[in-house]
Amino acid sequence: MGMELLELDDWSCCGASAAHCTNRKLAVCLSLRNMALAEEQGFDTLMAPCPLCSGQLAAAAEALAGDPGLKAQAEAAVGSPRGQGVRAVNYLQYIREHCFDAVRDMVRRPLAGLKVACYYGCLLTRPPRLVKFDDADQPTSMEEIVRVLGAEPADFPHRTECCGSGFTQSNSKAVVRLCRPIIESAKAAGAHAICVACPMCQMNLDMRQRDVEREAGTKLDLPVVYLSQLIGLALGIDRKELGLTRHFVSTVRVKGA
Amino acid sequence: MARIGVFVCHCGENIAGTVDCAAVVREALQMPGVVHAVDYKYMCSGPGQAMLKAAVRRHRLTGVVVAACSPRMHEATFRRAAAGADLNPYLCEMANIREQCSWVHDDRDAATRKAADLVRMMAAKVARNQPLQPIRVPVTHAALVIGGGIAGIQAALDIANAGHRVVLVERQPSIGGHMAQLSETFPTLDCSQCILTPRMVDVASHPRITLHVCSEVESVGGFIGNFEVKIRRHATGVDASLCTGCGACVQACPLKGTIAGDFDCGLGRRGAIYVPFAQAVPNRPAIDRANCLRFKAAAKQGVAPADCAACGKCRDACPIEPKAIDFAQADAVVSEKVGAIVVATGFDVYTGARPKPGDPYQGCGEYGYGEYPDVVTGLQFERLLSASGPTQGRVLRPSDGAEARTIAFIACVGSRDNAKGFTYCSKVCCMYTAKHAMLFRHKVPDGRAIVFYMDIRSGGKGFDEFVRRAIEEDDVAYFRGRVSRVFPQGGRLIVKGVDTLSAEPVEVEADMVVLATAMVAGEGTRSAARALGLAADKDGWLSEAHPKLRPVESATAGIFLAGACQGPKDIPEAVAQAGAAASKVLALFSADELEREPVVARVNRSGPPEYSTCSGCLACKAACPFAAIEIEEISNQKTGKVIKRVARVNESLCLGCGTCVSVCRSNSIELCGFTDEQVFAQINAT
Repeated sequence: MGMELLELDDWSCCGASAAHCTNRKLAVCLSLRNMALAEEQGFDTLMAPCPLCSGQLAAAAEALAGDPGLKAQAEAAVGSPRGQGVRAVNYLQYIREHCFDAVRDMVRRPLAGLKVACYYGCLLTRPPRLVKFDDADQPTSMEEIVRVLGAEPADFPHRTECCGSGFTQSNSKAVVRLCRPIIESAKAAGAHAICVACPMCQMNLDMRQRDVEREAGTKLDLPVVYLSQLIGLALGIDRKELGLTRHFVSTVRVKGA
Repeated sequence: MARIGVFVCHCGENIAGTVDCAAVVREALQMPGVVHAVDYKYMCSGPGQAMLKAAVRRHRLTGVVVAACSPRMHEATFRRAAAGADLNPYLCEMANIREQCSWVHDDRDAATRKAADLVRMMAAKVARNQPLQPIRVPVTHAALVIGGGIAGIQAALDIANAGHRVVLVERQPSIGGHMAQLSETFPTLDCSQCILTPRMVDVASHPRITLHVCSEVESVGGFIGNFEVKIRRHATGVDASLCTGCGACVQACPLKGTIAGDFDCGLGRRGAIYVPFAQAVPNRPAIDRANCLRFKAAAKQGVAPADCAACGKCRDACPIEPKAIDFAQADAVVSEKVGAIVVATGFDVYTGARPKPGDPYQGCGEYGYGEYPDVVTGLQFERLLSASGPTQGRVLRPSDGAEARTIAFIACVGSRDNAKGFTYCSKVCCMYTAKHAMLFRHKVPDGRAIVFYMDIRSGGKGFDEFVRRAIEEDDVAYFRGRVSRVFPQGGRLIVKGVDTLSAEPVEVEADMVVLATAMVAGEGTRSAARALGLAADKDGWLSEAHPKLRPVESATAGIFLAGACQGPKDIPEAVAQAGAAASKVLALFSADELEREPVVARVNRSGPPEYSTCSGCLACKAACPFAAIEIEEISNQKTGKVIKRVARVNESLCLGCGTCVSVCRSNSIELCGFTDEQVFAQINAT
């Protein structure tokens, strides 16, 4: 696609929910550290595969821009005055804004006949103030990409509901209650697979699906794939290389006709 | 030698809370020319004004400085008081020590020093002020009313009934506005059409009202008493002077019943030639050029619609000779001279749909308007309830035409939601939601009506009783809480919300969802603001001259506001404001002449005329935004030979903006009341 994806050298955890729920300054500093590293290493965009990470980076940038006192403290803590010139984006946003035409031109094996439920979850488009991308409640960008891959998007209403992944360890009962309507309505819409762009959603909907099936008393068997895996399939990349063999719910039927 | 009096106002605590007024008085007494200074709690009150008048006489003052609020607030008050003591009013000036000092500072010492400086500056200016005489201009006794909703109709009738000519301009093919779309009205449940349509007929048949429909105000020139207005009458394809309103053309249109019309908010279907509703005034059809087969074919073939062979069934059906249908009709621009303008351009309804690029508001995607056909706005629901609506008053779902059994009503959609771009309350939604739920229960007695609300705002005569009636007599279930999500499931709509009083999540399966969406300043209001140069607030509502004391006047003299163009309003408020605007117009028309502020530009002409320093370059003429600069030829009085051409300011057109003063290369123009000498004295005083 004419671009090189580089891993940020010496990156650290953004602290995600643990930091921002307990200590705002810590959350800002952890994000600023990664942004400062990115700027020092010559990057202007930091793409985080996890929308909570990219959201935390954007939230820190916003907090620093609006609070000179906090900025001075955070810069002292991180030990760098840099990082303000880096834009944080999530994976879906980056693909839609920068790679859409390239993906379209590179499709080798269109996913014809595959019906895909595009699931955004709660954070890919929210909060709109920080994400500034697509419509928060009725987004369309993932459907646009899926269509370009030759697959058919399934129209299901739970696209931007929360799957509860933050509680997948601590309160799995609540998670089953949240996952069930998402998987069931995707299934009812005729989807062969759920496509996600958040690693937490992927893990949660895939790993907890057996619990949901037990609760519902019925077999759902709906594979949950990452958007990059679908793109890879349409581009003709090997299934094993794409990690499609390592899912909880089998992905064998995720393919073009 | 100037004898100046300084009057320092406490404005209760507003000024005295931050500024040491007594210290300002002591300081003022040291200023050049000041012979008298005093402070008082409320200088604008009766005793305060009497104090000012007495001091002018006793101390033989030649100038007055009132240190108080903004001149926008009380300059006229104090100038009138000065005139009452036989001092030329333009020798009275205000130093603004409230908005520009006490309200914006905390430090008492610094604020006091600044207040004294502001007084010192004004005293230096007043010492150089010249007496000015007001300019008298004639008043044209005719009014322009923009917008033919209930506010515009009321204002037009009130002015016309008092004996003056009114020009009423409406963008749509019929007057009536949003009120014509409503079914019943709160809190009396009387029929909107029944109380509105007789007034519409009164407008059409009034001998002193000229009605222009399908028209827009293109430009407005002039000033109070003497506006020149250009009105564009859009071509409707129907010659209104020939048409009898028989409706044969509407019946003949092959597209009849296929196009989603505005009047039914997209729920009803009309043809390409149509009358928006049966009771329309005037009862004349118009051709929708974007959809008409003939206009579309003509555009495709690149020929004039009159020469095109396509369709033309409406013209064939017209029983009148010569035919009233005229495909060659072009837009016409009409000029009118009026003395006053009433803006009554109303509101639009926010839908919560996905925003288009450039929209100032976010959509409310969580409710699914525009995605799910059974999610409708309150105005659409009015059309479903209306006996003359697309379902003849039956509550049928837009998706499949089945009668709705359960309806969820969501209040405050957009309104009071900063995240969506709204900070204000739309004021009418609590009431019309109660009305909707009540009317639905009357029409479907075994139906369920559920309302999700933030809090109920039912201030108004009989309003709270009305809401209680919905809850207690008509069994409408009210949940205090927001809805997080609406989605379709099995042909119905699932509404997920919360009841914050029991702290329980609520999930309702409904056949329809009605959104009580916000009122927004419509495109009509925005374009009127542009054409008339009116100020608007951040949401686009037109700004009144004073929020409490001048609620129906705009900041531009002679232009008045009526109805919802100024902010969300219900029908009685819109009617009351329209009546108030009309009474302001009538007060203006009560005399044949009016006095204008003499703050106008003047070209230096002292001495024999040929000595004017004006070189006649006319850079001022090019710069003047009001076309107030004319060319004057100075002739030798004996020979009549033209000696020189100089600029002259037409005082009745000049608005005193001062642009010409700044572009004049030879410094030959001055603004009366703001001469260079006065302004520089003011600047150099501190």
